[in-house]
This record gives sequence, C-alpha cells and structure tokens, in this order.
Amino acid sequence: MYTEKVMEYFTKQENVGEIPDADGEGTITSPTCGDLMKVTIRVKDDVIEDVKVKTFGCGAAIASAAMLTELVKGMPLSEAMSVTNMDVAEALGGLPSQKLHCSNLAADALQEAIADYKERNGNEATGQRGKRKEVPCQLEEAKGK
Amino acid sequence: MRRVYMDNSATTPVRQEVIEAMSECMKDDFGNPSSLHWFGRQARRRMETAREQVAGLIGAEPEEIVFTSGGTEADNMVMKGVTQQLRHKGRHVITSSVEHHAILHTGEYLEKNGFDVTYLAVDEHGRVDPDHLRHAIGPQTTLVSIMLANNEVGTIQPIEELAAICRENGVLFHTDAVQGVGQLDVDVETLGVDFLSLSGHKLYGPKGVGALYVRRNRRFQPLFHGGGHERRRRAGTENIPGIVGLGLACQLSHEELPERREKLVAMRDGLIAGLIERVEDVQLNGHPSERLPNNCNLSFNYVEGEAMLLNLDLQGIAVASGSACTSGSIEPSHVLLAMGVSRELAQGSLRLSLGSFNCTEDVDYVLETLPPIVDKLRQMSPLYHGKE
Repeated sequence: MYTEKVMEYFTKQENVGEIPDADGEGTITSPTCGDLMKVTIRVKDDVIEDVKVKTFGCGAAIASAAMLTELVKGMPLSEAMSVTNMDVAEALGGLPSQKLHCSNLAADALQEAIADYKERNGNEATGQRGKRKEVPCQLEEAKGK
Repeated sequence: MRRVYMDNSATTPVRQEVIEAMSECMKDDFGNPSSLHWFGRQARRRMETAREQVAGLIGAEPEEIVFTSGGTEADNMVMKGVTQQLRHKGRHVITSSVEHHAILHTGEYLEKNGFDVTYLAVDEHGRVDPDHLRHAIGPQTTLVSIMLANNEVGTIQPIEELAAICRENGVLFHTDAVQGVGQLDVDVETLGVDFLSLSGHKLYGPKGVGALYVRRNRRFQPLFHGGGHERRRRAGTENIPGIVGLGLACQLSHEELPERREKLVAMRDGLIAGLIERVEDVQLNGHPSERLPNNCNLSFNYVEGEAMLLNLDLQGIAVASGSACTSGSIEPSHVLLAMGVSRELAQGSLRLSLGSFNCTEDVDYVLETLPPIVDKLRQMSPLYHGKE
C-alpha cells in the first residue's frame, strides 16, 4: 500500500520531538480518524531554523510529518507559509487516496505553528491558516465499505 | 531476517499434506463429479470422502454439508436464503453488533430490501446477553445469526444457550463458526444450531473453499441457480481440489485438536502475560477466559495501531490492527467500539493471532521486539506525557 519512499520517511527519526521554548507551536487533529500532530518551530531572521514534530497516527501521518520537517527546515517563513499538505504528499511520491485527507496533516500543523509565531510577535497571520478546511474526502465511500 | 507470522485469524498457512493431496487431485482426479463415467466417479468419490471429513469434525451427517466458496458465501446463503424462504412467516432477523462484515453487510442489504434487522449489543467483553436475545425475538423473527467466536477479539459466545432460546421460540439459528472450527470442540448437536459456516483457509486448508452445515430438513432459497449440484442447494461444478484440501484439513484438525489447542493456549497466555508485564498502559480486549486459544488482542495507549503494525513488519513480524487505517475505513474496529472501548484505544489495538506453525521462539521474538516499538512510538506521540 505504501511506496518505498513513504516507508523510508516513516522510519526517519531526525526531527521527531518537541523544541523546548519554541517560537511557535501548532497542533492539528484529524476530525475524521483522530490522528494528531504537534509541530514546534524555532525562527531566526524570518527563517525556520529548526522544526520538530510529534505524531499520534498511522504510517502516512508519521511519514508526512518527517517529510514536512525536511522540506521546511531552513526555509524562509514567507515561503513556508505556502507549503500545503499536497506539497508534502507529492514530495512523498503520493499517498494512498484514503490517507490524503485523514493523515496528511503536517502542513496544516506547520501553518498553525507559523500563525502562533506571528501572533506572539504581533503580526497577523497571512499564511494558509484557516484557508484550507479539511476536506471530508471519500467519507461516503469509506462509510459504504 | 526472522519472519514470524502471527496473523492466523486472517488466514493460516496451508499444511503440506493438504498441498500434496490437492496437487494429486488436480493431476489424477480432474473429472467432473456430475459425469457418469469413471473419471467423474473418481472425482465424486474424492468429494464424498471430503464431505465425510468435514461432517466428522463438527458432528454432522455428510448430507448436511454444502460446499461453498468460503465463509462469506456460507453466511450469505443463510442470511439471504433463509429469510427469503420464510418471508411469508415474517421479516425480522436478529444478529449481533460484533459479527463479521459478511453478516453485518448482508444484514444491511436485507434492511434495504424490506426486512427488519436487530443488532444485539454486547457487554464489555464482547458477549451477547441471552436475555437480550429472548426479548428481541418477536412473532416476525425467522432467523438469528450469532458468531461462535469473534475474529478480532476472540470472544466465544454462549451459543448453546442462544440456540436453545431460538429453538423454544421456533426460530432458526445460524452461527458463523469460521474462527472457532479447528480450535474449539464444535459439535452441531451439542450447540443445537440449524446452520453453521466454516472456511478452509482458517484451518490450514486452501482459500476459496468452505462449507455450510444445514440441519436435515432446513430449507433455504439458493444463492446460485444452475445445475442440481449439492442437492440443489448450490449450483456450479464443485471445486474438487479445494474440497479435497478442506476435507483433509478438517480431518487433521479433528485428530490434532486437543494437542493443537493446548499448544495455542500456552503460547497465547505467554504472549498476553509477557506483553502486559513489559509494557505499561496496556489493556486486554475481549473476554479473559471465554476466548479463542489463538487470540491476543491488546490496546496500547497513546499509539496508533498501523504505526505499530508497520514497525513490526519491518522487523519481520506480521500482525493485524483494529485501527481505522488498517480496517480500510475512517472508523476503527466496529467490534471494539461495540464493546465500549474508546476510539483512541481502538486506534491503538493490535491483534496477534497464533497458529499451529508458531513456536515459543516466535512468542519470545515478539516479546523482545514489540515493547521497544511501543516505547519509540510513545516518545513520538503528542498524547504521551510519561517518562521522556
């Protein structure tokens, strides 16, 4: 079901955890399957200097968390603000369709963390936060199974 | 890498004797059992021997056995065929909320087609209360179907009692015994059932073949129409190699049952006790004693089942989980939810199902491998606030 790349990222541990005294943190729960992700970031000169993530979730959730951290580490905030869940899925070479919306939460959690950082620093969040609602994809299909 | 297969409730490996008997059958006895000539008669002889072997395992008469393509077909045959046969008498069916989908989804199909279906609740161990059944039976009820043992948590139902209630009320009783046959003493007379489903690939036989026990004089509308095979109850040229394999698997199960059960129980209890001892915040799902000899179902708090499953697979261990991700839907196991297990704990459930090919070293390997995986995933989990 999972590609080799997904399995490779599933096993990556480098950016797993939590940054103590992080500059921003964001937590997202999937309302459909209950997966939970917490992203913490350290920001220096408007660049994401460090990012760590904790995940309660399936293989796809854990792999997408690991991929996200690789994608955005060292990335300017302005650029990171436009990273989406689909970018993460694409970087993983695709995810099984039923996982795309349930477990692919990492970018949403990052946007929460960036918004948190901006709020702490007196800026309005202008990123993707709040723009993308979780799409209850294949809800009917999955229920019909 | 060491490979340990502990998903025997999904399917079992096939016994070497069975493989050989099936190969020989395909080579030598290819005839159509409906043919009158020698080739046909040879195939028929093989089939009738198998019928005796299947009947022998469950205390039935050979003519009470109908060969099917597996457990799902047998379940469908009863649910659709019996309700259809007795629709003039009533349109109410009773089953439980923890059945296999072969029963549950057939129940939903019946509901769409003008039948009422009651899904009995279960207690925290997954057992149906006979009093609930007694109260659910009405004048419209024609069929009750309750599984012998649950495929996920291994809970064994009080079938004798449930079947007796049905008999008193003139209602037919079916049990899906796919998980129980080959592990438990199953005798259709002791159980008092009218119909019983079993499957080849859960007892070291081949896939694609199973059987339905039909008590003498119990009638149902067939699923398939065509030739007069299986006493007009299941049209289609019989799967002779599969049937031969099923028959031999049943005979071997019959001969080896006490020894097999003892071995499975020892490994199961070692596995459950060992994991509870080595991992904190674990709960056993299912009944503490009324449980399949091969079933170990545990929920590990703060972690998700598929992540455990994949990590175990990377270390050569094959298991199953009741998490939403592995059930192929967005809902975690309907069985665990029906038992009142929280969604979070259902997400963190793991089913390790033993088989007669497993050995104590396999259990030890799991006891050595699983606790560090749970620990690693807990350290990764935002829900876990234990020792960091």
